[in-house]
Amino acid sequence: MGLDIRLPIGLMFSLIGVLLVITGFSNGADARSLNINIDLWWGLVLLIFGGLMLFGALLGRKTPPSA
Amino acid sequence: MQLIHLAWVDYTILLAYVAFVVGIGWALARYMKTSSDFLISGRSIPTWVTGLAFISANLGALELVGMAASGAKYGIATSHFYWVGAIPAMVFLAVFMMPFYYGSKARSVPEFLQMRFDGRVMTLNAILFAIMTVFASGISMNALAKLLNQLLGWDYNFALVICSGVVLVYVLKGGLTSAIYTEVLQFFMIVLGFAPVVYLGLKDVGGWHAMTQSLHTVAADPAALQLKPAGEVYRPNAWTGAWQPLLAGPESNPMGVDWFAMVFGLGFVLSFGYWCTNFLVVQRAMAAKNMTAARNTPLVAAVPKMFFPALVIVPGMIAIALAVTPGKNYRLPPPPIDSDRFTAAIAVLAKAPTQEFAVTYDGVSAALGQKLNKDKMEALVQSDVVASLGSVLAAEQGAQTAVETNRSALKQLKRGGTASGGDIANAENTVAQAKNTLTQAEKKYQAVAGDLSDRLRDAVAANDYDGVIFSLVKRYCPPGLLGLALTALLASFMSGMAGNVTAFNTVWTYNLYQFGRRKLIDTPRPCTLERSGKAEEVILTPKEPADRHFLWMGKFITVVGILLSIGCAYFAKQYNNAMDIIQLVFGFVNAPIFATMLLAMFWRRTNGTGAFLGLIGGIASSAVFHALTLAEGNTPGLKGGYIHVVQTFPSEMAQNFWLASFAFIGCFVLTVLISLMTEDTKSDEQLKGLVYSLTPKIKDENVPFWQRTAVVGVVLVIVCIILNIIFW
Repeated sequence: MGLDIRLPIGLMFSLIGVLLVITGFSNGADARSLNINIDLWWGLVLLIFGGLMLFGALLGRKTPPSA
Repeated sequence: MQLIHLAWVDYTILLAYVAFVVGIGWALARYMKTSSDFLISGRSIPTWVTGLAFISANLGALELVGMAASGAKYGIATSHFYWVGAIPAMVFLAVFMMPFYYGSKARSVPEFLQMRFDGRVMTLNAILFAIMTVFASGISMNALAKLLNQLLGWDYNFALVICSGVVLVYVLKGGLTSAIYTEVLQFFMIVLGFAPVVYLGLKDVGGWHAMTQSLHTVAADPAALQLKPAGEVYRPNAWTGAWQPLLAGPESNPMGVDWFAMVFGLGFVLSFGYWCTNFLVVQRAMAAKNMTAARNTPLVAAVPKMFFPALVIVPGMIAIALAVTPGKNYRLPPPPIDSDRFTAAIAVLAKAPTQEFAVTYDGVSAALGQKLNKDKMEALVQSDVVASLGSVLAAEQGAQTAVETNRSALKQLKRGGTASGGDIANAENTVAQAKNTLTQAEKKYQAVAGDLSDRLRDAVAANDYDGVIFSLVKRYCPPGLLGLALTALLASFMSGMAGNVTAFNTVWTYNLYQFGRRKLIDTPRPCTLERSGKAEEVILTPKEPADRHFLWMGKFITVVGILLSIGCAYFAKQYNNAMDIIQLVFGFVNAPIFATMLLAMFWRRTNGTGAFLGLIGGIASSAVFHALTLAEGNTPGLKGGYIHVVQTFPSEMAQNFWLASFAFIGCFVLTVLISLMTEDTKSDEQLKGLVYSLTPKIKDENVPFWQRTAVVGVVLVIVCIILNIIFW
């Protein structure tokens, strides 16, 4: 199929990552998450994951898809 | 369960997910040109995508919820469903069965049966499968709508229609490809949404070692958590060892299962039956772009699957460890109770100071419909809240009366017509004041009632294990992460529906509709024509409609499938018992099918009559087995033994596994015997590519050693064995 699934995955997780990082910054650490600012940290993890997916999609576009 | 409040960021994450899945459907729509594009993805998807979709199709939300529940009830032994069940089955599918499924060019599992045997076996399998998928998707959607209602306070109908609507849109636009792509998205959602919850939970209980210590405490007195009836005690490792308690016998492990039933019943019959013959999962591998990709699909899937217990079972173990750790202030969630029941229970509590404790206890217990913890109830009855409850209720009652009296006084004044404006204004003022007092009193009552409901909920001596995962999500997730975890859950419910619907539409369109047409309508038949006064006999051969027609049918039946699922969801909501019966019957059907498939692929002499009658015989033998056996503690009836109890099993799980073993053997023996007694109907040439002995071996000498399916399969099995040993 012509759509590379890594593109939507990368975009979506980057978006969610940004949302979490913003929430983490504005709310600070929460007592629920054992006083760890989990939104901030996990948001960064999601950003990295999303970035890797987007990077993969970019590489895939340059090299023609192997059949 | 109490409502969870979502912040704007949570809703944004939820909406972003919905927007992306619908967007994927839209982007794929332009590739949906033929029925094969729509129904079987035109066999074009890369391995890692089909691989992740392969496990994702099985990782429905019910699995997520159920595995956490089993993790709490049985501990690490639940991982047998993965390390004894799924992984070996997936390796077997990849190495031995995929060559026939993919190589035969069958478009579905029933179609393989048609090529191998005949239309009878295919039709039986296809009809049973179609009914099962619709019910499975209905059951899952009912669970989703109920959950959104309990957790977020959404309206049941609204939740059901909205979620089905989203699924309908993206499946209709992008077909199977859309469903597969969404499953990959869901896979990452689940992993990335639940990993932080598991991390925080483990950190909270003090790490893995502290958790196992706590689980040893649980094993010493499982009755304290209502896990088992009072008096049942296990050895310390009952919740933390996978094999030792199992080998020690059914009375030494919380599952109540013996090792043979576990290995043969679950590991061989049920797991192989599910992973190797269920079209819902096999369809994902069949959508791969070539034979190597198809064979590697289950292997790619097996890698994350092997480590899933950490994500889905460990939360249950964390929950019971937390529940016995002092100072953590956690209890396993009680069953959901309607708010009217709480109002009734509070009315009983109000009378507590004037009556015997036993009367209050029984009254509250009856009002809630639950058993209660005596100590907690005693503490509650003696608490200040209950002592003040009488005066709070009286104040509310008094304020209510005051409002009514003042109101009628005002009415009389107005009606009399003699009162001056000032008097009326005064009276109006009094009414307003009384109303104000009433509002205050009501607020006070609400606060007290809320407090009491919480304490009553805490006093309920029963657990809702299916709520374990949500209680952890609620405990650890701040806004943001909460949205991610809930979206992951919603995603897995929706993609579960999409998976079922895409399997259903393929089986309907190709195996029931197209096959039926060819048999009944598009078949050559003699016809008498009047030509220049003379009657003439001719053979008419109607032409099958063009592919466009089947693409249209595929889309049409997708809509029908979703509507049927919604119908089943309402049916499940209305008739819980009927649903239990239906699921029971599914169990009967699933157990013997692996015997049919195994003989089909590996014994050349199996014929259609043998397979058809053997399968029916196998289903019948499950039903008979069920009617003659019972699990300890159950009464004869829906749970079995309704003809006569010949054998009693220590647990329902043991009964299930033995039933599967029995049905497998029944189907196997019958198929062999009937095949031998009836004629061999197919020639070697016809069976080429369908039976192991008549199919040329796949040559993979030119594939690097470490990429060969068999080699990877062996490596996976070894890793799986190591995992079994580590958690021995």
